[in-house]
Amino acid sequence: MLDCLTAHGVSIPSSCHAGICQTCLMQAISGNIPATAQPGLKNTLVAQNYFLACSFHPQEDVQIRLPMTGLGKLSATVAEIDFLNTQIVRLKLALNTKFNYKAGQFINLFKDNATSRAYSLASVPGIDDQLQFHIRKLPDGLVSHWVHHDLKVGDNVDISDASGDCFYVPDMPDQKLLLIATGTGLAPLYGIVRDALFQGHSGTIKLYHGSNSPDLVYLSEELKSLALQFDHFNYTPCISGKTVPQGFAAGRAQEVAFKENQDLSGWRVFLCGHPKMVSTGKKLAFLAGASTGNIYADPFVLVPRSASKTISA
Amino acid sequence: MSSLYEKIGGEGAVNAAVDIFYRKVLKDDRIKHFFDGVDMAKQAAKQKAFLTVAFGGPNKYSGEDMRKGHAHLVKNGLNDSHFDAVMEHLGATLKELNVPADLIGQAAAVAESTRNDVLGK
Repeated sequence: MLDCLTAHGVSIPSSCHAGICQTCLMQAISGNIPATAQPGLKNTLVAQNYFLACSFHPQEDVQIRLPMTGLGKLSATVAEIDFLNTQIVRLKLALNTKFNYKAGQFINLFKDNATSRAYSLASVPGIDDQLQFHIRKLPDGLVSHWVHHDLKVGDNVDISDASGDCFYVPDMPDQKLLLIATGTGLAPLYGIVRDALFQGHSGTIKLYHGSNSPDLVYLSEELKSLALQFDHFNYTPCISGKTVPQGFAAGRAQEVAFKENQDLSGWRVFLCGHPKMVSTGKKLAFLAGASTGNIYADPFVLVPRSASKTISA
Repeated sequence: MSSLYEKIGGEGAVNAAVDIFYRKVLKDDRIKHFFDGVDMAKQAAKQKAFLTVAFGGPNKYSGEDMRKGHAHLVKNGLNDSHFDAVMEHLGATLKELNVPADLIGQAAAVAESTRNDVLGK
């Protein structure tokens, strides 16, 4: 595939030409991709028909694209907006057409044609009829401000197709799962936890959610009752600020999580939220024994007001 | 006669070695700062590429690629002592995986042959 593209003047990024460096990663929209074209790819990439152009010898017609291009746009209707706490709203969108996504992926929500932001899906296909998002109001947030103040039930909004590699794949149902979120990083993990339970995951599932102060905690009661319902699901809300009420762990979520779980050999780890938490968390999880292929992450990068095109989650 | 890559165990051996090797590198105070701020997953793929080279496996990296890929690190002080540290971890990793000493020696010689390009000499 890579040689064919190059021979026809289509230049895509590539490096080792030996199926190792994963620089020539592409995605099939239709057609079959043999496992030999997916050497060493993470299971979430395989699940989305990604392949390496240098290792792919097509036997039939396929439609392909570079990752993250050609995202379609579709229209949705606001079904519900409610406050989860003083700063975070839960937005529920209804769609007339079938929407393919995995819990934990993200979409772009369009305020208008020029302004969009990425938000993680907190809903789960098969459990929730509507798409669900947790949106925190940011001081300079063009889109979050619009969602909090202007958007009303019944409004039509545009969203993109879902994308992202941070989701649950049911290939090892007895594996232990560690999930760490800060702020609205809880949204994708709230989806992933419920998706894993829904798909019959039997291994221990431990969720740590970090907030600066008790008033920023959300969905706590619901997660507590989920933990009562499922013996193998464990939920620990953490407070990094000074006031720590009963029932909360004191400290940053990742500090508490890595202290309580020091040997992560064989574990699957999910990290979502503050970019710094995510990058140090990845390293700490790896050093604690988790293999790189078992670490899934979604850093929430904020968009400066001056930027027009960058994506944030 | 089978190649060094086949004797060591091919892609399976590389997959077994990469996490062990990279974990040693990231825990080493002498060199871990070179990996601050790099993406773990992308870096792991590069570590895998390095081990594939060392094991005599298929690769298309040229000396020029090695120079370009490490130039920013050389600027930040990458020198022989850091290369030595990486060589140490390569040997220890292979030993941990029970690779026979003569094959470890051959792999080390292949890795050693990239020294001047990596360090921009």
